Amino acid sequence: MLAVVVALLGLWELYRWIWTTTGWTWPFLVDDSSMPHVWTIGHAFFQPTQVNQPWLITILLHKMAFTAKEAAAGFGIGAVVGFALGVLLVHSRLLQRGLLPYIVGSQTVPILAIAPMVVIWVNPKLPPSLQGWGAVAVIAAYLTFFPVTINTLRGLQSADPQALELMRTYAAGRWAVLWKLRVPASLPYVFSALRLAATASVVGAIIGELPSSIQDGLGGAIINFNQYYTFEPQELWATNVAAAVLGIAFFVIVVLAERAVVRRAPENVA
Amino acid sequence: MSEQSVVRVGRVTKTFPRGDVTALQDIDLELAPREFVSLIGPSGCGKSTLLRVIGDLIEPTHGSVTINGKSARQARNDGDYGIVFQDSVLFDWRTVAKNIALPLEMLGWERQRRRQRVAEMLDLVELTAFAEHHPWQLSGGMQQRVSIARALAFEPALLLMDEPFGALDEMTRERLNLELLAIWEKTGSTVAFVTHSISEAVFLSGRVVVMSPRPGRIAGAVDVDLPYPRTVETREAPRFFELVTQVRELLRQRGEHLLPEEEAVLE
Repeated sequence: MLAVVVALLGLWELYRWIWTTTGWTWPFLVDDSSMPHVWTIGHAFFQPTQVNQPWLITILLHKMAFTAKEAAAGFGIGAVVGFALGVLLVHSRLLQRGLLPYIVGSQTVPILAIAPMVVIWVNPKLPPSLQGWGAVAVIAAYLTFFPVTINTLRGLQSADPQALELMRTYAAGRWAVLWKLRVPASLPYVFSALRLAATASVVGAIIGELPSSIQDGLGGAIINFNQYYTFEPQELWATNVAAAVLGIAFFVIVVLAERAVVRRAPENVA
Repeated sequence: MSEQSVVRVGRVTKTFPRGDVTALQDIDLELAPREFVSLIGPSGCGKSTLLRVIGDLIEPTHGSVTINGKSARQARNDGDYGIVFQDSVLFDWRTVAKNIALPLEMLGWERQRRRQRVAEMLDLVELTAFAEHHPWQLSGGMQQRVSIARALAFEPALLLMDEPFGALDEMTRERLNLELLAIWEKTGSTVAFVTHSISEAVFLSGRVVVMSPRPGRIAGAVDVDLPYPRTVETREAPRFFELVTQVRELLRQRGEHLLPEEEAVLE
């Protein structure tokens, strides 16, 4: 794990070194602006961005915490809504045929195109404590729910037909079949969707901050450091690293939760 | 006998609309209390369909099924029978003990009562040491024993078995035959047992019902007069071979309906 990180950093520096010494300009010119040294990026974390300001890492940690809050809320909403939709759809072929195309269609609309509308619609209805970031959470949820719905549906349908027959011999009702058979059978599928959704929720939160003009999160930081890129490229790179770390953290949390919850035969990995 | 029959199937016909197949035609069958009856026949003779009609998993086109004097639907809702399939159909996410407890949960038993019964059932199928294992950690034979324990956990009067040992190797199958008889003698359930194997049917049953295909009909029955409890020696008794031959003859008489590959099954 650590070896991979070291190797990637090494590759970065090797590429940089070959391109600068040979003077190659394809596919792009390599200099301190397009590819700063890894140590320049690393060093940037422990520098104030302006005189009399805290270190960059302190600022980024605060922004990460803010974006994490949005992403976590979005992930939660998206997971619950996505799962509920999956449960609804598995019980009605009619709804499946009627709704599924629109659910798929919802994901072909670029998130950037709908984010401003969501902010305008959602924000006025939120209590003061949720102002601003609440709308971003909804945008993150929009990216999160889709894989969860699709995989929940597939997972609920994956229940063994003979197991369904067995439940019939117990005169089991819909509810019992759902909770004792379909939902446990679907969990491997649901969790593979949640892994996707975990990273998608972070991306959704960052993108959602842009049209909301929210300055407290990583999205705001990216816009901000973009403007200074020609002078201080390492600060944008450092922000990218922070965003990646946040995404990975979300992913790891889901994987750990999955290990704690899902009991299945080793060969039945969905 | 007819008054206290556990299962009474009266003139049952089942046609499947798709392809206009007559799976069962005019089936009459009665099972007395504590009786062990095998249904045997080539593939397509409707023996599994008949078992499902008895269990109210398939509705007959004509005719009636009563279990303990009730309609099949009522009997299913009351939990009057347990069922064992060819696959053990255990839930991967539950331990062995929790799998056996499943029907008890469905019946709304209290936790303490469930735990006590599960312990008894584990003892009955000799899997106490594996209570906390998950199904995929067990061999096929052990999985099927769990499945039997689950079917019998709520002491149903009737046990329906659909080729329960069909997927197991010969040696495991013969051992489980003996275990099944021991369990049956302890619990006193009535058993309807579907199988492909003539020797298995004769070894286990008090009566072997032979079915023939297209349309699925009862070709005849052989009363097995071998005494219980049956042992390894039973399989070597001359009477055992006579009865096996009788069943085989019955299957063969109806053989004019059979396709060549179905003939092969009978050998």
